[in-house]
Amino acid sequence: MWDRNQMAARAAQELEDGMYVNLGIGIPTLVANYVGDKDITLQSENGMLGMGPFPYEGDEDPDLINAGKQTITEMDRTAYFDSATSFAMIRGGKIAAAILGAMEVAENGDLANWMIPGKLVKGMGGAMDLVAGVGRVIVVMDHANKHGESKVLKECTLPLTGKGVVDRIITNMGVLDVVEGGLRIVECAEGVTEEELRAATDATLV
Amino acid sequence: MKKVYQNAAEALEGVLEDGMLIASGGFGLSGIPELLLAAIRDAGVKDLTFASNNAGVDDFGIGILLQTKQVKKMISSYVGENAEFMRQYLSGELELEFTPQGTLAERMRAGGAGIPGFYTKTGVGTVIAEGKDVKNWNGQDYILEEGIFADLSIVKAWKADETGNLIFRKTARNFNPPAATCGKVCIVEVEEIVPTGSLDPDHIHLPGIYVHRIIQGTHEKRIEQRTTRKREEA
Repeated sequence: MWDRNQMAARAAQELEDGMYVNLGIGIPTLVANYVGDKDITLQSENGMLGMGPFPYEGDEDPDLINAGKQTITEMDRTAYFDSATSFAMIRGGKIAAAILGAMEVAENGDLANWMIPGKLVKGMGGAMDLVAGVGRVIVVMDHANKHGESKVLKECTLPLTGKGVVDRIITNMGVLDVVEGGLRIVECAEGVTEEELRAATDATLV
Repeated sequence: MKKVYQNAAEALEGVLEDGMLIASGGFGLSGIPELLLAAIRDAGVKDLTFASNNAGVDDFGIGILLQTKQVKKMISSYVGENAEFMRQYLSGELELEFTPQGTLAERMRAGGAGIPGFYTKTGVGTVIAEGKDVKNWNGQDYILEEGIFADLSIVKAWKADETGNLIFRKTARNFNPPAATCGKVCIVEVEEIVPTGSLDPDHIHLPGIYVHRIIQGTHEKRIEQRTTRKREEA
């Protein structure tokens, strides 16, 4: 099984030189640590391309934050723009890929990651715009929830963030692609057999 | 025409009304019109609707207007950082229209550009699409979203000249330009008003045609999530 960092490293393999990419909060944020020599430009949907690392202590700037409201830094290539322009490039398909977390993914590519009925609803933020607009949607999440139940489902039970939007799922157990008729196993994580991955997956595997 | 006012209270004179729709700039606590929000609280107007990406925190940003129960409705994409918001929302005191972040930005931009509605694929097949017109182009469904035409826009910029030409700073720009354009009246607070002619015309982010009143003030500029790295890691 992969740990958080191994999942992030595997997700980083999805990125190609020259891509403009949006990373979600949580494990997706760690992907930036594993891009190596590839020339990747990170978008922050609050209005920035070329997102740099956290600032050194004492250098924090309240005018420079990422979409998770964390203080960050700029780079030589950085460009700033307003929110309408930011989502125009997202909706317009200019962002090559988004890597984001999920509560549930279904075999038809449906994604749920913003709301649990009856629980505190914080809002979808930019997630619905991202999954509808970017070139490729890659989900990184644990294969099972805390009760041990598969999060890779035949059908989502939670309210959707996007319908038929997911291209690839990377979990602690392996990599799955959304294809005609269900999901296709791309690879298994270290120490996970195909049988174990199949047994842990509720969705139809083809 | 004089656009520069002495302070937020003076700039808001004759503009505020109960029940009005206010578009506000800002993302989280970054680039929020904190002086104008404080003055709106002090003015005591109520039943306000805010189109704003977030609702501030309990004691800063729009949060201070929730404490005084001056807000009737929020049009927002994310309201997670505000306990008083959640209390009022769950008890039914406060209406909430969740709008995806990009749709909210585009609704403001569209309103400012005289466009009453537009079709987007954001939210297709989700609860956001319920009750909205759907059209299909080239095999893809799109839903109808409406432009926001606000009574008042409140905005924070970095610098203005005396004619209202604006420059923003880093990611504090965010929703401020689209929010500025969609109001009948737009009031801007800045850190510095500079003499007209001292800004490079090629570097203006928002031209003064959108700006009716300007104030200069001192901003607290609170940080919501202070994240750093140690210098040794360099």
